[in-house]
Amino acid sequence: MSSAPDRAVVIGASAGGVQALLALLPALPADFPWPIFIVLHVPADRSNVLAPLFEAQCGLEVKEAEDKEPVRSGVVYFAPSDYHLLVEENGDLALSSDEAINYSRPSIDVLFESAADAYGEGLIGVILTGANNDGAAGLKAVHAAGGVALVQDPTAAYARTMPQAARQACNAALVLPLERIADYLKGLERE
Amino acid sequence: MPHQTEDIEIGLLLEALYQRYHYDFRHYARASIKRRLLQARSHFNMPSLTALQERVLHDPEMLPRLLGFLTVQVSEMFRDPGYFRALREQVLPHLRTYPSLKVWIAGCSAGEELYSMAILFREEGLFDRTLFYATDINPDALRAAEAGIYPLDRIRKFTENHQKSGGRSSLSDYYTADYGRAVFDKSLRANVVFSDHSLVTDAVFAEMQLISCRNVMIYFDRGLQDRAVGLFRESLARHGFLGVGSKESLRFSRHAAAFSEFVPEEKIYRKREA
Ligand SMILES: C[S@@+](CC[C@H](N)C(=O)[O-])C[C@H]1O[C@@H](n2cnc3c(N)ncnc32)[C@H](O)[C@@H]1O
Repeated sequence: MSSAPDRAVVIGASAGGVQALLALLPALPADFPWPIFIVLHVPADRSNVLAPLFEAQCGLEVKEAEDKEPVRSGVVYFAPSDYHLLVEENGDLALSSDEAINYSRPSIDVLFESAADAYGEGLIGVILTGANNDGAAGLKAVHAAGGVALVQDPTAAYARTMPQAARQACNAALVLPLERIADYLKGLERE
Repeated sequence: MPHQTEDIEIGLLLEALYQRYHYDFRHYARASIKRRLLQARSHFNMPSLTALQERVLHDPEMLPRLLGFLTVQVSEMFRDPGYFRALREQVLPHLRTYPSLKVWIAGCSAGEELYSMAILFREEGLFDRTLFYATDINPDALRAAEAGIYPLDRIRKFTENHQKSGGRSSLSDYYTADYGRAVFDKSLRANVVFSDHSLVTDAVFAEMQLISCRNVMIYFDRGLQDRAVGLFRESLARHGFLGVGSKESLRFSRHAAAFSEFVPEEKIYRKREA
């Protein structure tokens, strides 16, 4: 599919993630040109409120990712609870109910690693607040494939374990305060 | 580019499996098959996927072990209780009008879904007139399904799901506990045919009133999904029912127009008039 976008953003967050994303996503313009894929760990019974919650706050279209759905630019996709979200190289999304990885399903690593394969240097990976190590291996894969690796400044994060682990695994990652991440993404777009 | 080399190796390994053993994973969704092959590579301590390929080509005993990685066996009884509740309340009343029934559980894994269905049909008084087909490609899973034995520590979740599905009996009526295991009553599989059948390479074998194929097609690419749904379309009787997994849909399928949404929230479809 030649119309599949050639750049994309992946975001991983856990404890404190809803608040962090409420600071980040609404700050992006309605004409943001790339798709955004998000794994946010939340209790299973609360996950289907995510898309409506963010849709109401954002200029961008926000939805729960569906299996074999073609990716569109400027759309925010949340992984559904209890399923891993993967990106295929042909630009489709895929879900899987494989075992949890590091106690997580959806897993940030699974999303980031598949997206790194699909987008290579076109990918921007962002690890936000969280209290576990999910995403560290994934961010490393994003960077290894030539993509941009970003980490929320752990010292100001609601839970610092996850951004800290990501920075340790990927020391080339750029560390930014939460408030600056949206501007940074907008800047990449202007490049 | 290590990443391109790996992609070449994956294509060759899947081709080798197909030519040597007729297991066809060539059109499974690539990103997740890649993850599972890389897990297998590290589990078997192989320096590369090429080395893994050589091993499985020359050593048939490797095949079942590799299949354990390539097929995902995650399941539970009455998984997504709302699905079984919808079958109970909305689909079975239609099935009641038939003197005899055929039900196909495609991709039955270790039997969790089959026993759920058998218990549901028994509770609703349809069991005796129903023939169930339980099919899968993984021989270990089929053996486990035929045995119907699960670790007791899984039973709490199964029981909770069964209750939520509107169960009219107690799950403990259907198994006996024995050394940490729950052994399901063999009368539940009196009308069951277990069979090795692939949605990728095999054909239709009977006319069904209900087909349940959950969390199997999610591992296929779109072309393969079309093939599998095509089989179901061919196999279903007039007005037959098809249930798929809670995150699956026929929306992106070539056969979408052949089905109507019967219980959209639970992904239950009904075949339209031809
Ligand atoms: C995740 S399990 C789903 C089990 C159950 N249906 C459920 O929803 O809980 C997927 C099953 O599909 C089987 N499978 C994979 N490829 C298949 C194919 N081509 N034809 C039939 N079954 C297949 C696997 O062996 C596995 O047992």
